[in-house]
Order: sequence, then C-alpha cells, then structure tokens
Amino acid sequence: MTSLDNINVQIHQSHGNVEPLLNEVMHAIDRLLEAEEPTVIDLASLPFGPGELERLEERLGRGELRAELDALGASHIRETAYPGVWWLEHRNTAGDVVGRYLEITRTPEILMSQDADILAGRARLGEMLELKEARQ
Amino acid sequence: MSKTQTLGEILQARGVSRRGFMKYCATTASLLALPPSMVPHIANALEHARRPSVIWLSFQECTGCTESLTRSASPTLEGLIFDSISLDYHHTLQAASGDAAEAARHAAMEENMGNYLVLVDGSVPLGNPGFSTIAGTSNYDMLMETAKGAAAVVAIGSCAAFGGIPGADPNPTGAVAIRDLISDKPVVNVPGCPPIPMVITAVLTQFLTFGQLPELDKHGRPVAFFGQTIHDRCYRRPFYEQGLFAETFDDEGARKGWCLYKLGCKGPITYNACATMKWNQGTSFPIESGHPCLGCSEPDFWDKGGFYNPVSTASLGGGAALAGAAAAGVALGAAAAALSRRRQAKIIKEG
Repeated sequence: MTSLDNINVQIHQSHGNVEPLLNEVMHAIDRLLEAEEPTVIDLASLPFGPGELERLEERLGRGELRAELDALGASHIRETAYPGVWWLEHRNTAGDVVGRYLEITRTPEILMSQDADILAGRARLGEMLELKEARQ
Repeated sequence: MSKTQTLGEILQARGVSRRGFMKYCATTASLLALPPSMVPHIANALEHARRPSVIWLSFQECTGCTESLTRSASPTLEGLIFDSISLDYHHTLQAASGDAAEAARHAAMEENMGNYLVLVDGSVPLGNPGFSTIAGTSNYDMLMETAKGAAAVVAIGSCAAFGGIPGADPNPTGAVAIRDLISDKPVVNVPGCPPIPMVITAVLTQFLTFGQLPELDKHGRPVAFFGQTIHDRCYRRPFYEQGLFAETFDDEGARKGWCLYKLGCKGPITYNACATMKWNQGTSFPIESGHPCLGCSEPDFWDKGGFYNPVSTASLGGGAALAGAAAAGVALGAAAAALSRRRQAKIIKEG
C-alpha cells in the first residue's frame, strides 16, 4: 500500500452538513441573478464530517468547463453541474491542498488576466520585437 | 534577501504572476479566518509589507511546537522563511551554533530594535535558574533581555502560554507562563499541545500583513481561532443534540461516530480551531479519529481531572464552564453525565 488513499474506507453516514450548504449556494445563485452579487464560500471554514466534502463535490457534479492554473503550485478551477457555481482548489508547490472554495459568479476572478501581468507581457513582447528588428 | 524589499517585490523577483499573488492572498484570507471579501485589502497590504525579524526562543519544551510548525502547508515553513519573515534565531532550524548563534540573536535585536517579534515555546523555570539554561544564560534572563526591544511576544504552545506540562502539579521547576513575566509588551498566546501549525503561521502573517496583532480573548488567544469551542464546530454536534453518545471505544455508538462526550471529550469547554482547520493538511482531528478532545489549548489542561472523565465529573467547575453550550445540549449532556457516573460507579462496584 503506497498511500492513505488506497485504504478502502466506505462512509455511508451523513452528518447533515451538506444540505444546508447546498441551500446557501441556491441563495447565492439568486443574489447573482438578481443583483450581480458574487459569493465566495471558504470550504475550509466549515465543519465537515468524514466523507462530507466528497459528498458535496458529488452532489454539485461537474459542468462543461474546467481550467488549470500553474502559479505557486497547481490550482484546479471547474464549473459544477450548476452553471455559475465554481469549485476552486488551490495547492502549494508540494501538492498539498491549501484552499478550497465555492465561487458563485459568472467567471472566477482568478481566471481573468490581471493588469500587472498584461503590462509585463506587453513589455516582454515589445522587447522581443525590438531584438528581432535589431538582428535584421 | 534584503529585509527592505516588500513582499510584492520579493514575489515579483521570483517570477510569481499577479494571478499567483491573488491565489496567495486568497489562501492568506482563509488562513486568517477572514472573509473572502477581504482579499483585495490583503493584496494591497501584502504588496507593501516588509519582512519582520523573528527571534524564536525555546525554553522548557519538547520541540513539538516546532515539529508542528514544520507541518504548516499554507504557507509552508520554507515559504514563510523565504518570503514572509526573517527567522534570525531558532535552535532547531538555524545553521549557526554556539557563539555564532548568540551573536546572530544580538545582531537581530540591534538591527531591528523595537520592531522584531519574539516567539517563545516552553515555560520559564523560576525555581532554580540552573533548571534550564542556554549558552550559560538562564531562560528568565534570556527572555527578559530579548523581549526588551521587541514589538511583541508570541507564546507558542500551552507551556509558554499557560505553564503547560512543566507547570503541572506539583510543578517541580516553578514553571511559569510568558505572560506571568512580560507585562510591558503585547503578549499573544497561541496554546495547544502542540498548536495547529497554520494558527502559528497565521499570527505571523497577520503581523506581516497588517502590522498589528490579532484581537485577543481573555486568555490572550487570537479570537479568530479561539473564539469558538471545539464542540460548537464539531461535526458530531448533531449527535450530542440528539442524545446519541458512544459509551465505550468499541460499542455501536463509537462505530457509528456518535458524540464522545461521555468518553471524556473536553470539546464543550475547549476553545480552538481543530474542528475546522484540522491536522495533517486538513485530513482530520482527534474527534474525527474517534478520540475525545483533551482540551490541550486551555489553561492547566493537564490538572483538570482524567482525560476520560466526562466534563461534568472532571474537576472543571462543569456547570459554569458549560454555560455557553446550547440549553438543550446541556440538558442532554447533564443527563448523559449522570448516566455515565452511574455506569462508572457500577464498574467500580463490580470491580
């Protein structure tokens, strides 16, 4: 056996923490539709019992879009089966999960290109073109 | 790495993108138990933050607190040292030894007079200076000398915060907590045996981010992490409310994951964040592993009766301490305790 994941443990019991959260998500969808107000739920702050996080993930399902970010470790961002509800998982460079969030929004902020990065990229592109011009 | 560089400059020099920085800020907000809406404020503050000098002193301790710190996942210890703080003195982690180590401590104090943080793990023996010395200096003298020019002192672990196991009855070394000795500086207590690694790093990150210490409770603990009891945040709480308890470690209740109150769980009177932050990268915490909470982040936890006695039968002043629990829960708990007492009496009688 190489890791804890290989231990065959099945948890059938519910501790009742998933349903209230799903209701909270539904209210957040309403706020997004009615007032364009996004919501971020930090899953690390909630008292999940064994297996409940997995149950939540299963209940939300998978949608048609997913993205991977490689910055200070990998991040996995995907839309759930409910459009506008996004599951975000941040990992550090060692691969440990450092944050799990539900974002109820049209597009998670972290997927947007940031001004600082756009400016830096533009500068790099400019330098590359100047260099090419100088060589010719 | 220059101490005058801001965190934003350090990360930029390492090629970290703005997206990476936003991710760092999101996990920092989570670490500080702040709402995600605070991320832009954290980003602004962190971008301009400068790494504080940190001096870590180890007195009557077991190094468990440092072991815990090395398990921090967000930020990792390496990330913390390279990006967030300048760890200038730490017995277990520093490369220097002997005179060079002590010289590094003095140099850090002089260069950062009035601005550095002192972190202490372990209690201070007052019975005899010879009980615990470092480089021929008593723990008391080293603490007072080092704390003199500090911005604040952080007592890491229950020994530094409350005297802990060295201070347990009969306290042979005359061990005292840091707060018993330092009265002219802010002292933050981060108790636990050991404390949750991310709570240690969170206090440092809070200081780095906002240049100030967190709000504290009556025991000097950060409210963000010690503001609620383990019981309040326990996923087994619904079973307590329903009066469903494990009676032994191998009965049906234990197998079904029912409440561990009758097996001595100190969750109802213990303020800590284990139930949500958990241990080992968020894998689980004692109750999730089937063991009652020992109450290790509370003062004098070692001397409060047996770990396996229900709260109401241990020497805790149960009624007053339980006042914060839900009324229905208290009633159920009291009934459960009465049953447990009868069961214990029966066991003793039969034995």
